[in-house]
Amino acid sequence: MATITTTEPGTETGGGGRRLVDTVLRARELSILAALIVLVVVTTAANSSFLSQQGVKDIFLNASILALLAVGQTMVVITRNIDLSVGSVVGLVAFASGKFVLGHDRNIVLVLILGMAIGAVCGLVNGVLVSFFRVPALVVTLGTLYVIQGLDYYWAHGQQINAADVPNSLLELGSGSVLGIPYLPLITVVVMVAVGYYLRSYPSGREFYAIGSNPDAARLAGLSIRRRILTAYACSGILAGLAGVLWLARFGTVVADAAHGWELRVVAAVVVGGVAIVGGLGTVYGAALGALLLTTIGSVLVVLKVNSFWQDAISGLLLLLAISVDRLLSLRVTRALRRRNVRHGA
Amino acid sequence: MSESPPILALDHVSMAFGAVRALQDVSIDLRGGEIHALAGENGAGKSTLVKILAGVHRPDEGQVLLDGRPQDFRGPGDAQQAGVAVIYQEPTLFPDLSVAENIFMGRQPRTGLGRIDRRALRAATAALFERLGVSLDPDRPARGLSIADQQIVEIAKALSRDARVLVMDEPTAALSGNEVARLFTVARTLREQDCALLFISHRLEEIFDLCQRVTTLRDGRLIATEELEGLTPDDLVQRMVGRELDTLYPKQETTVGEAVLKVERLTREGVFTDVSFEVRAGEIVALAGLVGAGRSEVARAVFGVDRYDAGSVTVGGRRLPGASPTAAMSAGIALVPEDRRQQGLVMDGSIERNIGLTTLRSLRRGPVVSRRAERDRAADWAIRLQLKYARLSDAVGVLSGGNQQKVVLAKWLSTEPTVLIVDEPTRGIDVGTKAEVHRLLSELAADGLAVLMISSDLPEVLGMADRVLVMHEGRLVAEIPRAEATEETVMAAATGRTRQEAA
Repeated sequence: MATITTTEPGTETGGGGRRLVDTVLRARELSILAALIVLVVVTTAANSSFLSQQGVKDIFLNASILALLAVGQTMVVITRNIDLSVGSVVGLVAFASGKFVLGHDRNIVLVLILGMAIGAVCGLVNGVLVSFFRVPALVVTLGTLYVIQGLDYYWAHGQQINAADVPNSLLELGSGSVLGIPYLPLITVVVMVAVGYYLRSYPSGREFYAIGSNPDAARLAGLSIRRRILTAYACSGILAGLAGVLWLARFGTVVADAAHGWELRVVAAVVVGGVAIVGGLGTVYGAALGALLLTTIGSVLVVLKVNSFWQDAISGLLLLLAISVDRLLSLRVTRALRRRNVRHGA
Repeated sequence: MSESPPILALDHVSMAFGAVRALQDVSIDLRGGEIHALAGENGAGKSTLVKILAGVHRPDEGQVLLDGRPQDFRGPGDAQQAGVAVIYQEPTLFPDLSVAENIFMGRQPRTGLGRIDRRALRAATAALFERLGVSLDPDRPARGLSIADQQIVEIAKALSRDARVLVMDEPTAALSGNEVARLFTVARTLREQDCALLFISHRLEEIFDLCQRVTTLRDGRLIATEELEGLTPDDLVQRMVGRELDTLYPKQETTVGEAVLKVERLTREGVFTDVSFEVRAGEIVALAGLVGAGRSEVARAVFGVDRYDAGSVTVGGRRLPGASPTAAMSAGIALVPEDRRQQGLVMDGSIERNIGLTTLRSLRRGPVVSRRAERDRAADWAIRLQLKYARLSDAVGVLSGGNQQKVVLAKWLSTEPTVLIVDEPTRGIDVGTKAEVHRLLSELAADGLAVLMISSDLPEVLGMADRVLVMHEGRLVAEIPRAEATEETVMAAATGRTRQEAA
């Protein structure tokens, strides 16, 4: 007869494995929150003016636009794609809506619709190229980044939009508040909750995760992959358009290279926020928190009088840290899940 | 047998992938109230046929008929709409999503507002698992599921579709006896409900146990469709193989020498555990087991592609440093990987470039690689391995699968190894070339090479190996000498059944 090596399966408790998995899945948002709190406490200890009402308001205002973009980017990244063109779209829309309102008293809703429409067109171009022509997303959106930027520069031709030319109603959107809460973060939170709820609770929302988690399986399951990817890019574009209008409302003054380089900040925020760059995992809440954390670090450096050049380096370090932690955690989670199997099989 | 009209049928279907003709003029009809078996060796075209039924491939010629009407499946979604559910041989799950979501992706139960009804989702999944008699947590993510459990999820997924046609491509490969019995009960119930079922298995007794008719394929051609009643397993094997086994597995007697490769207590956490074995000069040792048992991973660790956490690898008495393919190569190990398109070849590169890749150092004339030396060496090997090609400067991608595999072999044999590890050496290769590869391996062993062969092709394992090592869920569970190796002993060890008996 065959020689049989009898082996007892490992005796780890499945309960422990399960708890670890559950904790890790929720821990990402919590750990960012913890990092934020530590950062704020330490900075306040060093400089008590940091937590002044104005200081907090500034951080939230600054984080709003980045978080809005991060929400859109999350939809794209979850499907195992990326949208590098968002920075250019923000710049283009900010300038375009500035031109649109110049010297007229346009209805705000009309301005917002125009901005989001421009964003939608840009997003659809990306989406069509990625989903129908199967060009890698990195290349497509790098291309549209430069094309849109070029259009913007050509159109702007060295001009800039000045706050004095922007109607007060629009500027009010950027600086005003309702019940003490500024409009900007309010808009971002509403969008974030809506998108987060959709992705979590609707069948089509879950398909975004499925596609990013295993594209081949998604195909075999008969999911409409193209439509979802197109939707993801359209949403990212629309939110970038919205962010463009808010940019104009917040800063008033817009030059052609507004939001230049923001695409990378957005991707950094998303990854720091726990969205897996290979798709399938992560939430818009995490991404928005990531945006808040990166923005807060920026403010902290100002308060602590650290040279602002360090900001990028620190963002980069945080990104590397986030990715390393993800990798480590995913290995541990996989291992924990395997242990649960062993027990299940016994 | 009831002569109900076929629900789903293929009518004179042909399909080719590049130069490889996977199916030629094959017809099959699946009738309601019948379980139809599809038999054939690896590479006979079974999986291609399944993928045409599933809407994954569109046939080059011929038609798919649904209820007698021609049907054009543009994708898997169309086939599902038409009521075709498929259990694929290799599980295709979403690792990040929960088991329940995996099963109902695209068809989740909804509340009035169109949201996912999570309670109903969980309940439906639990009910499916109840029906299959397994205890899996519907809420756990699919990541890290064992192959057997992944297969269960695949089965549950197909069952949940309430399909009219259920295609099962080797659903039992990873399952335990108990689970197989449950699956068969479910399949018989479906048959009584007038569903049409197609069943593929390499275990003949399962076919005879479950099915009424059988269609046999060989080398992409239809051999016969007949009632199973009155047929013997030997008849079926005869139709599947169609030739004497000796010519396909030309095993030469060799004198076994010293142990060349020694692997001791090799462990990579969560992948494989405590694997010890040795391969002696002149010996072909097969590493058998189910897909996902960790065989390729052991090979990769031995060769140094992956690191290992504990244990040692010794070649010719010298211990190898871990995680260094360079060291493994200079110690005399060669690894012909499982996936030749991804890992074995530079598909756009020429034949001569590919063969020369492993020996660039010795092809140097001064600081640069000599094209002439490269070409000469490639020509040598092309003759020795009877490579069929037009020009040595042709891209490897245009060759047939069998000839591509010969190029990979040439690439590694030119390093003059003492240990040759081959991972699935004949997967997706036509039968003629398969026999050539086998003869080559046999000759190499006779010349004193130590060969470690990983294979999922059971006849190949039994036909070629001097010893069979069997892995199950990351552990080496059995070592079976050639005389005692049969389909039963190997499969029992591979599915862990022996372990349960022993326990």
